Amino acid sequence: MGVAIAWVLVRDSFHGKWFVEAFIDLPFALPTIVVGVVLLFLFGTASPLHIDLFETWMGLMVALLFVTLPFSVRAVQPVLASLDGEAEAAAKSLGAGGLRTFVSVVLPSLWPAVLGGFGLAFARAIGEFGSISLIAGGIGRTTTASSYIYNLTQGFLWTNAAAVSTALLVLSLIILIASNVLARRFQHRLAP
Amino acid sequence: VKHTSRKWSLRVVVIGYLALLVGLPVGYLFIKAFSHGLGAFWSEVTKPNAVAALKLSAEVALIAVPVNTVIGIGAALLLAKKKFFGGRALTLAFDIPVAVSPIIIGVALILAYSRIGWFGAWLSKNGITILFSPFGIVMATMAVSLPYVLRSVLPVLIEVGKDQEQAARTLGAGPLRTFWQITLPAIRWGVLYGVTLTIARTLGEFGAVLVVSGDITGKTQTLPIYIFAVWDQSYDTIGAFAGALVLASISIVALIILSSLRARERKLHVDLA
Repeated sequence: MGVAIAWVLVRDSFHGKWFVEAFIDLPFALPTIVVGVVLLFLFGTASPLHIDLFETWMGLMVALLFVTLPFSVRAVQPVLASLDGEAEAAAKSLGAGGLRTFVSVVLPSLWPAVLGGFGLAFARAIGEFGSISLIAGGIGRTTTASSYIYNLTQGFLWTNAAAVSTALLVLSLIILIASNVLARRFQHRLAP
Repeated sequence: VKHTSRKWSLRVVVIGYLALLVGLPVGYLFIKAFSHGLGAFWSEVTKPNAVAALKLSAEVALIAVPVNTVIGIGAALLLAKKKFFGGRALTLAFDIPVAVSPIIIGVALILAYSRIGWFGAWLSKNGITILFSPFGIVMATMAVSLPYVLRSVLPVLIEVGKDQEQAARTLGAGPLRTFWQITLPAIRWGVLYGVTLTIARTLGEFGAVLVVSGDITGKTQTLPIYIFAVWDQSYDTIGAFAGALVLASISIVALIILSSLRARERKLHVDLA
């Protein structure tokens, strides 16, 4: 979805595009607890839309899709903007259709950025707490690592909290370093 | 015709997705916060505990933002001037606080600085408490908002280059004067961008602050903690939504500032993670 949004933002132009553009960053700027409260009411047990996602996987999914939206879009957007249309035009003139051109010409150059954005979004999602703490409720099935650690600290189980934190920390660091390396590889390829 | 229809359908899908995922929740926030009228909203926002939380948030920001700005500019100058061993590791270290869970930041601060922690005995002997105190909140907030100034200033600094600074130096200006008259004006939009990001992050931080603050009503509640607490403890919907709207409005103002800065300076981009 991040790629599709970036595509529309870069290649398409229509009235009010700046508004859509500003919308992308909203999940980043909004404090996570604000997101948590709103989602709890919108998709909670008393949902005005009659969509009850309280204590469900879907509830977590919606929250995480919301907070990670800017990462995926902003990682792809500058790369897409820097591609000139030449290779695409060549592919088209050789008879490739729109979809084929996208898959075999555009997508290969986007891959590193897509992966990089995915890495950042993943790191963010794995550690997310505020936005999902409310809609996840209190049952074990929807307790994420962050919520679990928080519960441990509430019981002053510092040793346990430290152990789980370390595991999560190592995982996040691996993701951070991997996406960093990936981004550098890509920069090298762009400017040899 | 086929081309246009594909373009239109993609446009509709994207805008529809954004409207459902982002527009709906944000719109709902505004409607719900004012659902009992403007008066009810105002009386919620002016409750003593809400005002105390707002004040604490502002105080924390007043300390954390300037400190992080100075550190961020300093680190950017260091990293832009010359390559040195460990430069990349330093950049990465700045990123750690935002790449890991805020809960981990909170736990780490407690393990290091509270009474049970490494420096705890020494700190408490000198009358400094970190846990359940505004001081701890400032530390947690500073940690999670650490990299934004660096990340905004560094690309601008690299783009500007060293020519003007070197010219100033050969004309006899000292390093301090060169910084104030040459470097700082050149990077001012980058600094402002980073500061805005830092403020937004500072006022909104929840997880890390929740762990260290101890959530003491009227004393160690920042605005995000207050929102969580009024809902968690008393199921006060209007109170939670009123607080959420105040925070959301601040971040929307921050977004407007950010996008107008981006229009001015092309090197700036939304740098996340």
